[in-house]
Amino acid sequence: MSFRLPNLGHLIDRDTPVTFTFNGKPVQGFKGDTLASALMAADHRMLGRSFKYHRPRGLVACGSEEPNALMNMGEGARFEPNQRATTTEVFNGLTARSQNHWPSLAFDVGAVNNRLSRFFPAGFYYKTFMKPAWAWKHLFEPIIRKSAGLGQVPTERDADRYEYFYAYTDILITGGGVAGLEAALEAGRSGAKVLLLEQSPHFGGRFMVDDVEVNGRDGPDHIAHLLAEIATLPNVTLRNRCQGAGVFDHGYALGYERLTDHAPANTPRHRLWRIRAKRIITATGALERTLNFAGNDIPGVMLASAVRDYARLYGVAAGARTVIVTNNDDAYRTALTLHAAGLEVPAIIDARPQGGGALAEQARAQGIRIESGKGVARVNGKTRVKSVEICQQSGAGGAVETIACDCVAISGGFSPVVHLWSHCGGKLNWDGANAMFVPDPSRPPTDQNGEGFVIPTGSAFGALTTEACLQSATAAARQAADEVGRSLPEEAAPRKVRTADEAPMAPVWQMPAQAPYRLRSKTWLDFQNDVKVSDVQLAAREGYESVEHTKRYTTLGMATDQGKLSNINGLAVLAGALDADIPKVGTTTFRPPYTPISLGAIAGEAAGPLFKPTRKTAIDGWHESHGAIFESVADWRRAYAYIQAGETTQDAITREILATRGSVGLFDASTLGKIIVKGPDAGRFLDLIYTNMMSTLKPGKCRYGLMCNENGFLMDDGVVARLSDDSFLCHTTTGGSDRIHAHMEEWLQTEWWDLQVFTANLTEQFTQIVVAGPNARKVLEGLGGVDVSRETLPFMGFTEGKLGGIQARIFRISFSGELSYEVAVPASQGLLMWNLLLQAGADHGIAPYGTEALHVMRGEKGFVVVGDESDGTVTPQDLGMSWAVSKKKEDFIGKRGMQRSFLTAEGRKQLVGLRTLSDTEKLPESAHAVEGGKAIGHVTSTYFSPTLGHPIAMALIHGGRARMGEVLDFPVGGKVHKARVVDPVFYDKKGAQQDV
Amino acid sequence: MSDLMSFSEIDGSGAVLVAAQRRVAMVTLKAELSKPTRAAIKKALGTPVPATRKIANGVVWMAPDELLIMVPEGSTPQKVIDRLTAEIKAPMLAVDVSDARAVFSLKGNKAREVLAKGAPVDLSPEAFTLGDFRRTRLGQIAVAFWLEADDEITLVCFASLKQFMFGWLVNAAQKGSLPAYL
Repeated sequence: MSFRLPNLGHLIDRDTPVTFTFNGKPVQGFKGDTLASALMAADHRMLGRSFKYHRPRGLVACGSEEPNALMNMGEGARFEPNQRATTTEVFNGLTARSQNHWPSLAFDVGAVNNRLSRFFPAGFYYKTFMKPAWAWKHLFEPIIRKSAGLGQVPTERDADRYEYFYAYTDILITGGGVAGLEAALEAGRSGAKVLLLEQSPHFGGRFMVDDVEVNGRDGPDHIAHLLAEIATLPNVTLRNRCQGAGVFDHGYALGYERLTDHAPANTPRHRLWRIRAKRIITATGALERTLNFAGNDIPGVMLASAVRDYARLYGVAAGARTVIVTNNDDAYRTALTLHAAGLEVPAIIDARPQGGGALAEQARAQGIRIESGKGVARVNGKTRVKSVEICQQSGAGGAVETIACDCVAISGGFSPVVHLWSHCGGKLNWDGANAMFVPDPSRPPTDQNGEGFVIPTGSAFGALTTEACLQSATAAARQAADEVGRSLPEEAAPRKVRTADEAPMAPVWQMPAQAPYRLRSKTWLDFQNDVKVSDVQLAAREGYESVEHTKRYTTLGMATDQGKLSNINGLAVLAGALDADIPKVGTTTFRPPYTPISLGAIAGEAAGPLFKPTRKTAIDGWHESHGAIFESVADWRRAYAYIQAGETTQDAITREILATRGSVGLFDASTLGKIIVKGPDAGRFLDLIYTNMMSTLKPGKCRYGLMCNENGFLMDDGVVARLSDDSFLCHTTTGGSDRIHAHMEEWLQTEWWDLQVFTANLTEQFTQIVVAGPNARKVLEGLGGVDVSRETLPFMGFTEGKLGGIQARIFRISFSGELSYEVAVPASQGLLMWNLLLQAGADHGIAPYGTEALHVMRGEKGFVVVGDESDGTVTPQDLGMSWAVSKKKEDFIGKRGMQRSFLTAEGRKQLVGLRTLSDTEKLPESAHAVEGGKAIGHVTSTYFSPTLGHPIAMALIHGGRARMGEVLDFPVGGKVHKARVVDPVFYDKKGAQQDV
Repeated sequence: MSDLMSFSEIDGSGAVLVAAQRRVAMVTLKAELSKPTRAAIKKALGTPVPATRKIANGVVWMAPDELLIMVPEGSTPQKVIDRLTAEIKAPMLAVDVSDARAVFSLKGNKAREVLAKGAPVDLSPEAFTLGDFRRTRLGQIAVAFWLEADDEITLVCFASLKQFMFGWLVNAAQKGSLPAYL
């Protein structure tokens, strides 16, 4: 059993109890506990079920590498799955539930998978779910989806807030253990700006646990000394609970700060630090590896360093009788710690025939039994360890002795945390003596100057002894300071370190060395994804020689822990199976983030009302208070229709159209792009930008124009007004204002830099209001101040003056087909002008209309909308607009594209009108026309026209213009709609209404 | 749009005040900033063209061929445009953009940290000083900003985003949410 020790545990405050619930039952811990340490203190051994076989699983580790103890944390809108108990600090009211079991943790139906495990080998899915084809969709996938994953999916919207922070520093240090702190102090002394991130709440790393002496100070004392020294340096910032999560190009790094996970509050929960650093020092430490023997996943088998951590940091004994199994000297520290705490250590099983060094001598002196050259044949127990069977390491697992115990502390050596070094391309070397991959400083990730920008240090650089660790930290700091251009103080005398000498470790990838299949098939490599030694060996036999392929075939290292404990063991087993060297097999790719980070942190503040910018016109408030329902057009919100009491949306649209066609309507067109183009070459430039001729336009006149991209496809349209000899105002679509301005600038800056032309996007400077309908002129005349008569201001002309006292530019252009004026005033006067026009139009029953009425009216007129009638593959010719494509101009964007054979071929889709045979049946949006079993085109716009009293539609149909009069079939949802191909202009083909 | 939006939050370490300002008149000038044109601009405005990414005497370097001119008290955009037109002999474009912009003021010694939540700019007092100017983004919004004083920032965005911008700033300035890094 596991329990609280009476005196150890310097991270916990025994005077401040904390109560939380686990699987609905209250558990007590202390302030400073992690969820893992508190659960262990309360003898909760089994904390979850494994992914595939639903095997009982307990704690393995003490930090972010923990593969098993994943929890469904929180409730309701604060529920989050797969949270590691080892990195969760307890607080009053915390709720945690174990995962992947039904109906309960103790009794789980899915555990039948464990008994059937020999039927679920590596590649099981690939081999099994092949035939019949229909079964994938209807049988296999639903079952797999149901059983996949560990935690549950949240059902409510996240109640918490998140944010970003952009930080700049000379030197970023990831990791606040002794190496990171020593580096921060040294680099800080150079005057460089230093930011150090530590993922846990505490600084000091292994110095807080292990017996060392530095300059006469013990580990915790030395850390306190370093922190005090650093505190005197204003240029050094330390952030705890903030993980260096990823390293990217150009010295860019991500920090993942967990602000309130330990103390819920109404402030941001996580902060994503987006850091730009000149140099990054990775002081990320090393992770202990597991040992591969049968039953190494039974609750109670733990990393030796973790057992020591729980005892020293949290005062928790992982067991009353702990057997140590190791291939190196470090695990002896665990034995000594437990022994000193009065706990039983019945034996240290050391796989090395020659045994350990000074620490082994100490253990022997304490009377602890040491068995060298031995291994574990298997662990006995189901939901907790009962005993271990000891055997010769070199043999096949014939047990020589069974030792009763409730905890097995294992150490398979250490792997430097090279993740951050590797994220951006740092290369690794294999250190055979210590059986580990270490960063190769001659092949660092390189920055924008081609220089290495990541500097590994401490045990993350393979410096496993204290002395080497401190030396490498100082060296890293001095290198970084030098490279960021700081002058360095004299190097201080190296610190005097006293620590035990260690004997060399010996790689052990299988215990015992000759373990038969029976044992290998119960030997776990990847605890979270349930991958065993036998699975990797099977993959190798089946031809998966690449470690990347084996990873995907077996799922080794693909769980939420990304194989922190399993990767090296797995590839060593693969190397063994392939009879290849480990460095030849290589590692899989280390990708950021180091541990999973919350989706909330990635989204930052962009949630709820801040999810996406919403652009509003100057008249938006009026729309809102007058019943408008809105639609999104690009980033704008536009009034779709104004709903009056008792009206349906369709009623409102019909009313708005009839009022406009019958008298006068008012429309907020402010969102249309307005780009001013000025300069001696403005006309030449626009001739190149538009498909039609603009340079011949007379000042005071307007012309409708089309823009194509280089492929000859329509990209935007709008009315161009020539303001003066050398300046034009180009109207674009709402969605096109920014895009077309950028398009113009791109051509001006990269291709036609010799043209003397300047552009400015004035979209937002003006409010533009359409006054349309037979009584439009009367409304403007009612305001007075500008002559808007047909003679002075003819169709496609514009004028300027004070309309109703407000400086305005008035265009006679029409998208409705009616007599129409577009009145542009400075945006600050926009709402005033709107209200003046409403007043002036009151006697005529002026009706504000929304975008849908606009669309119906333009549909009646057969005017196209870019994005409805065009989709990026449509040419002006397809739309019957050859008249707007100049044949005289030497060149324009898209001219060459249009001449390509495919675009000039017969039978392209062409724009036509459609008239349903029934006057009550509107064609469905986007319905496809089908002829002889083949789709021959589709509906681009479809409306009910209140003006005409029947539905109208436009469509792009293969060879459409030659099909006038044909009746086409539009089958949708079991029904076939029939419509006749007609001219797309349904209303006032001659244009008499707009030119009055 | 003369409605005043304001918000203030007193944090343990400093105050942040966010306020939408009344309309600020400004003119965009686009021209090739050649030597004679620079001289003409200096003559027209009474102040030289500022250096790259700088603001001086209400004149802002926006791009290699673009300046933004804050219209001084007592003048109007049209007067500024007229003066520029009179002095500059080379082709150019000068237009009133006053109504296209919303202007915010952020006051308090933590104002820098509010902006650093959304702008990829080194806003530390050493790196971003009086006279510096940035065209960048704040969250998802295109913005420009500069210091009026060590603890006062002026921020400009498009007028259509005024409400969204205000909401963004208020959210970012909330009590207890500043990282105390700058």
